[in-house]
Amino acid sequence: MLRYILRRIFYMIITLFIIATVTFFLMKLLPGSPLSAENKLSESQREVVLEKYGLNDPIPVQYVNYMTGLVRGDLGISFHFDNTPVTDILINRMPPSMVLGGQALIFGTIAGILFGLIAAIYHNGWLDYTSTVIAVLGTSIPSFVFAGLLQWYLANEWGLFPVALWGTYAHTVLPTIALAIFPMATAARFTRTEMLEVLGSDYITTARAKGVTESGIIFKHGLRNSLIPLVTVMGPMAVSLMTGTLVIEKIFAVPGIGEQFVSSIEVLDYPTIMGTTLLFSVLFIVILLVIDILYGLIDPRIRLTGGGR
Amino acid sequence: MNEKLLEIKNLKTSFRIEDQYYAAVDDVSLTVNENEVLAIVGESGCGKSALAFSLMRLHNRAKIEGDILFKGDDVTNYSAGQVNKLRGNEMSMIFQDPLTALNPLMKIGDQIGEVLLLHKGKFSNLNRKQKAISLLDKVGIARPEHVYEQFPHELSGGMRQRVVIAIAIANDPEVLIADEPTTALDATIQSQILDLLNELKENMNAGIILITHDLGVVAEMADRVAVMYAGQIVEVADVHALFGMPQHPYTRSLLSSVPNAESVDSKLHVIQGIVPSLKNLTREGCRFRSRIPWIDESVHEKSPELHEISPNHFVRCTCYKNFYFPDEKKEDKRHGIS
Ligand SMILES: Nc1ncnc2c1ncn2[C@@H]1O[C@H](COP(=O)(O)OP(=O)(O)O)[C@@H](O)[C@H]1O
Ligand code: SF4
Ligand SMILES: [Mg+2]
Repeated sequence: MLRYILRRIFYMIITLFIIATVTFFLMKLLPGSPLSAENKLSESQREVVLEKYGLNDPIPVQYVNYMTGLVRGDLGISFHFDNTPVTDILINRMPPSMVLGGQALIFGTIAGILFGLIAAIYHNGWLDYTSTVIAVLGTSIPSFVFAGLLQWYLANEWGLFPVALWGTYAHTVLPTIALAIFPMATAARFTRTEMLEVLGSDYITTARAKGVTESGIIFKHGLRNSLIPLVTVMGPMAVSLMTGTLVIEKIFAVPGIGEQFVSSIEVLDYPTIMGTTLLFSVLFIVILLVIDILYGLIDPRIRLTGGGR
Repeated sequence: MNEKLLEIKNLKTSFRIEDQYYAAVDDVSLTVNENEVLAIVGESGCGKSALAFSLMRLHNRAKIEGDILFKGDDVTNYSAGQVNKLRGNEMSMIFQDPLTALNPLMKIGDQIGEVLLLHKGKFSNLNRKQKAISLLDKVGIARPEHVYEQFPHELSGGMRQRVVIAIAIANDPEVLIADEPTTALDATIQSQILDLLNELKENMNAGIILITHDLGVVAEMADRVAVMYAGQIVEVADVHALFGMPQHPYTRSLLSSVPNAESVDSKLHVIQGIVPSLKNLTREGCRFRSRIPWIDESVHEKSPELHEISPNHFVRCTCYKNFYFPDEKKEDKRHGIS
């Protein structure tokens, strides 16, 4: 197991190196210059700024400089945002997104599994239809619609939670709910389908023939078997939730990484773009590793040997 | 023959296909006695599994009519709780496909332990483990302590079937239903599993229902045989009577299809065709006549009944008297009645 993880970490470093390289050159292909928004600068001032950020060097030199910094753990300083070091930007902006995404993932998944279970147990009954409708709505209606409704009713009308901004735990409630709806609907759909399939399988018949009660069938034999495919879907979803969503962060005025990332692309703030991309990649790779380890824990048929992916 | 363990009376199991119910088991009456192996034979699709699942109440969407008396108690009226107490305890079942019959995520030991825990809660954890290991040993698994800790995917098909059998016999059932326990296994493993069942049969007092389409298996294990065709019993007899004096044309055809049967021209006496699907099955009149078109229409009965032609030998219809295979002369009816 340890061997396996070490091996995976080794691959992870290689992957990150490749991602950094590809992102670096792709980013340079973006049209425009980091200074194109700064019209007030004179020609000579421009030169000074370009020189200061090393942007006058040939691109390969810039690349080598960046990678050398990266190896030393230096992500550079932002061209904008008051020349803050990129590391500080990430440290400030990541937590709100992680908190929202993490909460949404946990609550959404748990609620989704429950809905899916109920739907499967009462297959073709009204509870099944109701939860199927909820699942379809949850996956097809965009999250900003829910966000708006939540703000209007729970915050404005009934005053239960703050409308927006960041600070106390209460501030996290509405954006978490808005974010949780999609994972919830997805988990519900998967759980229902899988559970129905599992309930029709031979080993469930064997369990019934042993005298296992209906709740034992569902929770002891059925649930674990039907969670396996869910783990696969929820992994990438976890990443997209925790890397912040622009829409939700904008609507609830959350100082998260999603919003930051988008504005850094708009102004071609190269070091911030690179730093954020690399951070997201690390997150993604780590979550993939966690999923594989989870898989191994749930399913004994999967062996974690050093083979890698 | 000893006491009646299971009495099946006019059992009818119907499945719903597009708004209508079609009987897959149609008016079946059978008795299983203590210490007896009743074989049920018939082609694939004739309703053997549907019958077995009805006895264990394992169908989740089927209409079941008729009575199933377990030691005089009608289990068709049982509540879910009562059924759960019966299953895996007094009545248990072995399934056809050992590769899918075990929960892939549970250790073998836990799957055996579960059935012990469910019914004999008095076992302590340690005793339960010992009991499970002794069961594994009983079904002929080498290194039972090791297998106890393994998962199904680590075992071969034959081993898994032994585990399924261990689960089924864990609580010394009075009725054991084996639904084609060897069909999915290759020949050598098949005979090993049959030997095991034979051995267990000697030491159990159970009534065993052995479902198979393999007459070799029947000859080796059964005391009595019921032949099923299209959801109905067409012949029931003592195993010697059935092999010695098969009466119904379908039984005779089945016997002729066994390789190495004594009869030289046996291959000629296999009736071609398949069991019709549930929806397309003619329910009026005899279900078998379409497979023997050379028999004169006038000899068929309107609704053939089971007749007791000699003590404990039942045959559906009277026309076995008029039946002949295409190559036999009409008058020549010595076949099978040696
Ligand atoms: N759950 C079900 N729903 C509808 N039809 C079924 C179901 N189970 C079995 N059947 C049909 O009932 C007939 C008998 O099937 P089965 O009992 O499995 O046959 P056997 O075990 O003798 O091969 C077949 O025609 C089969 O298609
Ligand atoms: S003789 Fe009887 S059993 Fe044979 S096909 Fe005719 S009606 Fe059916
Ligand atoms: Mg079958």
